[in-house]
Amino acid sequence: MSAPADPILAVEHLSMRFGGLVAVDDLSFAAERGHITALIGPNGAGKTTVFNCITGFYHASVGMIRLAHTDGTTYLLERLLDFRIAKLARVARTFQNIRLFAGMTVLENLLIAQHNPLMKASGFTMLGLLGLPIYRTAEAAAVDKAKYWLDRVGLMRRADDPAGDLPYGEQRRIEIARAMCTDPVLLCLDEPAAGLNPRESAELNELLLGMRAEHNTSILLIEHDMSVVMGISDRVVVLDYGVKIFDGTPTDVRNDPKVIAAYLGVEDEEVEQAEAEVGL
Amino acid sequence: MSNAADIPARPAFDLLGALKSAAVTAVVAFGLFSLLIGVRTDQGPTGALELTPRLGALGVIVAIAFIGGFVRALFAGEPIDFAGRVPNGLKAATALVGRYFGFALLAFAVAEPVLFYHNRYFLDLGIQVLTYVMLGWGLNIVVGLAGLLDLGYVAFYAVGAYSYALLAQNFGWSFWICLPLAGFLAACWGVMLGFPVLRLRGDYLAIVTLAFGEIIRLILINWQSLTGGPNGISGIPRPSFFGIPFVDEENGFAATFGLEYSPSQRTVFLYYLILVLALLTNWVTLRLRRLPIGRAWEALREDEIACRSLGINTTTTKLTAFAMGAMFGGIAGSFFATRQGFISPESFTFSESALVLAIVVLGGMGSQLGVAVAASVMLVAFELFREFSQYRMLVFGLAMVLIMIWRPRGLVATRTPSVFLGRPKEVPAEIVAEARQ
Repeated sequence: MSAPADPILAVEHLSMRFGGLVAVDDLSFAAERGHITALIGPNGAGKTTVFNCITGFYHASVGMIRLAHTDGTTYLLERLLDFRIAKLARVARTFQNIRLFAGMTVLENLLIAQHNPLMKASGFTMLGLLGLPIYRTAEAAAVDKAKYWLDRVGLMRRADDPAGDLPYGEQRRIEIARAMCTDPVLLCLDEPAAGLNPRESAELNELLLGMRAEHNTSILLIEHDMSVVMGISDRVVVLDYGVKIFDGTPTDVRNDPKVIAAYLGVEDEEVEQAEAEVGL
Repeated sequence: MSNAADIPARPAFDLLGALKSAAVTAVVAFGLFSLLIGVRTDQGPTGALELTPRLGALGVIVAIAFIGGFVRALFAGEPIDFAGRVPNGLKAATALVGRYFGFALLAFAVAEPVLFYHNRYFLDLGIQVLTYVMLGWGLNIVVGLAGLLDLGYVAFYAVGAYSYALLAQNFGWSFWICLPLAGFLAACWGVMLGFPVLRLRGDYLAIVTLAFGEIIRLILINWQSLTGGPNGISGIPRPSFFGIPFVDEENGFAATFGLEYSPSQRTVFLYYLILVLALLTNWVTLRLRRLPIGRAWEALREDEIACRSLGINTTTTKLTAFAMGAMFGGIAGSFFATRQGFISPESFTFSESALVLAIVVLGGMGSQLGVAVAASVMLVAFELFREFSQYRMLVFGLAMVLIMIWRPRGLVATRTPSVFLGRPKEVPAEIVAEARQ
């Protein structure tokens, strides 16, 4: 597949080593603006490591990760601290093992996501402490935005419930809503459909497509649920043992022999053939 | 052979099982106390050590363990449903009391100097309780909200006290200038402590803050030329009523306002001063909880990694929590210095930190009312048991153990949301994160 015309994210020669283990090896791919790009591969292929490098939780051993906003500003993510990536480059993420603020209500979770604009509106706490109206209007606007996203994920009735009390599927949706409250240009979703039933997966597909269409959010997706990957992604990147083995459209990925081999394994004679080649 | 496996629900009173469990408890107690209590070492006539057996005392303690173990085993089968057994009328009544309890407590605090004007002892006790309420509320910001376990809080109390004492003595600055300054200096020390411990969590953080508290105390002892060393600083200026001193003279407080001079006037003034300072702490904390910074503190307690993924600068968030907690500790310290008129490193030992932390933990981390109640109960209890002061720590320890069994998350364990669409619902204690992860 040809290189994207207007990439929002360009990963070039990314390598991540943990001691002797090479989790990601010389990976290059790009994500088109306004597209849904899926990152798939067998367990342990290095997908979450790539996410952690993009969102700054790991520092890449080698490589460059470039993010471009529509106004032409570019950020080199491998040089930014994790919270600055979320704050300046506006990359939001969700986590494979959900990380909501369990002891706080759903609404509070969504307000914490708007920390930086609210902090500014509260005059770095000083104006807010005095209770000036400028902060109160900003907070009301933040609550409205939270309500909008609660409505979008269909969980308005749970707004005042502690996030930790919600069932698994609803927590996943709240985590997506929380990430969207940061107004991201790129949303990185780490297995959003894990543990969802088929109906919930279909709802998730609709939600993600809607977000892409209405908010022009580009999405980077790690997923094992093929109904999600095949149903909504515009481009699929397949990793195996930290190496990119495929990069193309969802229709092509089904027939790629390398991808099939990575997922299903290979026939015995092919193993023998390969062993003969390396002289075993 | 036991057929316990066949019966899903165990009988309400399993007498034999309880006796067995109590016997085990008694054996453990015997093993533990046989040397600790069972024998005493005395100096014999020749100067050599002699062992005196104390079988009676040992018997009593083993019997207590047996009975305690028996009672516990009898009722341990299933958690007793206290809530279900309380009649509805009583429940409604306690809910009503619960709603207005805070106001009642506040009203009592405001009225105390009027009620006990001539009772110096009650006034002094009130001042002491309020000082610890303020310290508890200050530490609550760090431990209860931000979830950073701080065992060296007394260091900031000391910084505040010495700041006021030194500034007032060396430069003659007034209390009202020194008070905010002491808070500021303590906040600076809070940030200084915060920087090296930014990466630490839980137990490791606790150890480093503990060491920090000791470092401050050791500096106070050893920097003789500045702090007076172990002798401390005496003759610290007492506070004046905004410039009018509390003395029996023509320009004194009583004469200015046409009152009869009484030494209680200063005490009452000090009482209201610490009441206002404590309420200020409370007001600021409640306000901050509803601001982005307060929510970020609580989010930090819940999940630091999620905070960073949402663009929250966890470094400054932690430092502001440390600084804010330290500031109130410092202000309380400078009040302490002006009330006592004398300070020495003796007043700032680890046991003070432990006491304030115990108040926060018993009160329920993050709960303002719980902390106030815990501070009152604990200090009043200390006073009541003053005559049995050798057993004080024993009773203290026992009370802690009992409360941790019955209310492991403190007196007020639920969390009130800072923002809500409909009616506020309390968040149950089990899912709120604690100050260790």
